[in-house]
Amino acid sequence: MSGSASPVPMALQAEDLHVSFGNARRGSLIRAVDGVSFSVRKGEIFGVIGESGSGKSTLGRCLVGLLTPSGGGVRHGGIDPFRFSRRELNRHRRKYQIVSQDPNAAFDPRMTILQSVCEPLNIAGEGTRAERREKAFEMLDRVALSPEMANRYPHEISGGQKQRANIARALMLDPNVIVCDEVVAALDVSIQADMLNLFARLQEQFGLTYVFISHDLRVVSHISDCVAVMYFGKIVEVGPAHAVMEAPLHPYTEALRSAEPEITPAGADARSRIILQGEIPSAVSPPGGCRFHTRCPRVRDVCRIQEPQQRELLPGRHVACHFAEEMLVEQERKGLSAGRNRVQDMASATQALT
Amino acid sequence: MQQLAEATTAGQDTLLDIQNLTLSLRDEWGWVEVLNNVSLSVKPKEILGVVGESGCGKSMTALSILRLLPPRDSRLGGKIMFGGQNLVSCPESQMNRIRGRHISMIFQEPMSALDPVFTVGYQIEETLRRHFRLDRKEAAERAVEALDSVGIASPRHVATLYPMNLSGGMRQRVMIAMALVCEPRLLIADEPTTALDVTIQAQIMDLLLGLADRTGTAIMFITHNLGLVAQSCHRMVTMYAGQVVESGPVKDVIAGPRHPYTAGLLHSIPDSNRARGTLPSIAGRVPSLRHMPEGCRFGPRCTYSVQPCELSQSIENLGRREVRCNRWEELELRRIEA
Repeated sequence: MSGSASPVPMALQAEDLHVSFGNARRGSLIRAVDGVSFSVRKGEIFGVIGESGSGKSTLGRCLVGLLTPSGGGVRHGGIDPFRFSRRELNRHRRKYQIVSQDPNAAFDPRMTILQSVCEPLNIAGEGTRAERREKAFEMLDRVALSPEMANRYPHEISGGQKQRANIARALMLDPNVIVCDEVVAALDVSIQADMLNLFARLQEQFGLTYVFISHDLRVVSHISDCVAVMYFGKIVEVGPAHAVMEAPLHPYTEALRSAEPEITPAGADARSRIILQGEIPSAVSPPGGCRFHTRCPRVRDVCRIQEPQQRELLPGRHVACHFAEEMLVEQERKGLSAGRNRVQDMASATQALT
Repeated sequence: MQQLAEATTAGQDTLLDIQNLTLSLRDEWGWVEVLNNVSLSVKPKEILGVVGESGCGKSMTALSILRLLPPRDSRLGGKIMFGGQNLVSCPESQMNRIRGRHISMIFQEPMSALDPVFTVGYQIEETLRRHFRLDRKEAAERAVEALDSVGIASPRHVATLYPMNLSGGMRQRVMIAMALVCEPRLLIADEPTTALDVTIQAQIMDLLLGLADRTGTAIMFITHNLGLVAQSCHRMVTMYAGQVVESGPVKDVIAGPRHPYTAGLLHSIPDSNRARGTLPSIAGRVPSLRHMPEGCRFGPRCTYSVQPCELSQSIENLGRREVRCNRWEELELRRIEA
C-alpha cells in the first residue's frame, strides 16, 4: 500500500488477502475476506471495525496463521508464514498470538489457571518446570491477577479475571503480535475500561503490536492508532483512528459512528442520526457493484453497477466509495461549523456550573 | 419526543409504583437477599432507564414485577402497585391476566425467548388468543399486522417461519411485535439490543420508541449501555448491589451525577471526543450477595470512601432526584464533558 522504503519496519502486512469457505461448484462459496490489504507498523495498534458477518474474525484468524488464505498473502515482518511446512508454521506461530472473545470457552475447565497459563511453554518445550511456573506467575502479575488466582479453576473466577488470564497466556511466548478478537465485548463497562488500560500498559512494557478487532467503535477508536472499517469482506475505509472517527469519508463509517449513541446531555438532539436500513446481505450471493449499495443512504445508480476502487484521499487515508471526494468537501465544511458548536457547548457548560 | 417528555413530567399519576421491594432467593446454601428496599416508579408513557453492572439486580427487579420467579425458592416483600393492585400478593390467576396483556417483557436473547418448534406467527397468535376472544383466523390476521408494524418486509411469509430461519435483528423484531400486540401499558425491555450489531441496535431502538409512542406504552428499559439511556429515556435509575443508588431525569443525572457509582459508570466509557489515555475505571467488582460490605455497599470500590461510609446509607429524596450517598453534597463529581 505505502512505499516500500518506509523507515519503520512492518510487523504485519496483508496483501490482497482472500479467505473463502465452501465450494464454488455447488454455489456455496463464501468469500469471508475478499481482497484486503493493509500494513501494521511495529509497535502500532491497528483497529478493525465491522458488524458481525463482515469477515473481521476470519481476517484475524488468518493473520496469525490459523486459516490458510485462498489468495494473496500475509507477511510477518517480511516473511510469508504460509510457505513454511506445518511443523515450521507451528513454531513460527508462537510469536503471533490471538486472544478470543469468549474467555469461558478459552479455558479447559479441568485445569487450574496456572496449568492453562503454563501450557504454551509446555507445548513449546521451553524451560524447566520451575522456570515455566515462575514465568506464569510473572505474567499473571503483569495482568494484575493475584497469585492466589493461579490455583483456582476457571469456574471460580469472574469473566474479567478469566480474560486477564487469557492475555497472560498469550504473553507467555513473548509474541511480536497479538490479535485481540472482541476481547472486551463480553465485559461490563467498568471492567472494559480496566482491560483497555491494561492493553495500553502492556503495549508500552513489551513493545507489542496489536490488531484490535471489535464491533465497538468507541473501544477501537480509543485504543488504536490506525483503524480499518470492514464491510462484507472488504476494507471500505482505513486511516488514522482519530481522523476516521472525526470525519468519516465512507457512508458506512459515517452510519456506524452515527448509530453509536453519544453520552452527552444534549447528545440525542445535537446530531442528525443516520439509521441504516436492512441487514448485511447474504454471504453466498453478494450484491453487485458496491457491496454496501443495498443499505447505503447515499446510493446512486453508479453504485449498483460499478465497484468503487480504493484510493488515497488524504495522506494515509484510503477509501473505497464513489463519492468519497464529495464527502471530503462536506466534512471540511462541517469541520468549520463543528468548531463553532464546540465553543458554544463549552460556553453553556460554564454557565451551568456557575 | 420532546412533547412527550413534557407531558409525562406534568402528569402526576404513576403507572407502576414499587415500594421497598425486597427479594430473597434460595439456592443450595440457603436464602440470600437479592434486592434490598428497591423503590422506583414509572409514569404513564414514560421511558425509564435502569442501569448498573451485571449482578446489580436490574433483571431481578424486572422478573419480580412479572413474578417470573421460582415460587418455592423466592420470597418477595414490599409492594409493587400496578393498576390499583399489589402484584406482590395478587393471586396467580390475576397475574396471568396481566402478563402479556398489561405488562409485557422483551428479553435479551430472542433465540431463547422464542419457542423453536412453533412458527413465529403461531406464537404471536397464542398471545392474542390468550387475552382476547378471537378465533384462529382473526388472530392470525392480527399477528400478520403486528409483524407488519415492526417493519418486517413480507409479514405473511415471515409468520410461517420458525425462529431459526430468522436473523438476530429479525427475531428481536418478532419479540417486539409479540410484546406490543396486546398494546400493554408497560413494556419491560431487558437489554433488548445487547446481542445486536450497532446498526441493527439503532433500527430496533428507533422502532421500539416509535411504537411505544404510538400505543402510549411506558417502557422500563434495562441496559448497561448509558449511551442508549442518554438518547432515549426520560428518567433513569442506577442500581448497585441490589439497591437503587441514584435516580432522576436523564439530562440532570448525566450532566451532574451525584452518586460516585453513576459518575464512575459514565467516565469509564471511551469517548471519541476525549483525548486518548488512561480511562478512569471502577476498581474491583460488584460484591457477592453473600458477602455484602457493611455500610455503604459501594464503599470498598469508591474513590471518595471515608470513615462515615461504614454507616449504612439511606436514600435521600431531593425532589425530582434521589441519591444514596451521605457525602453527595461535599463531592463535586465531574460532569461528563460535552
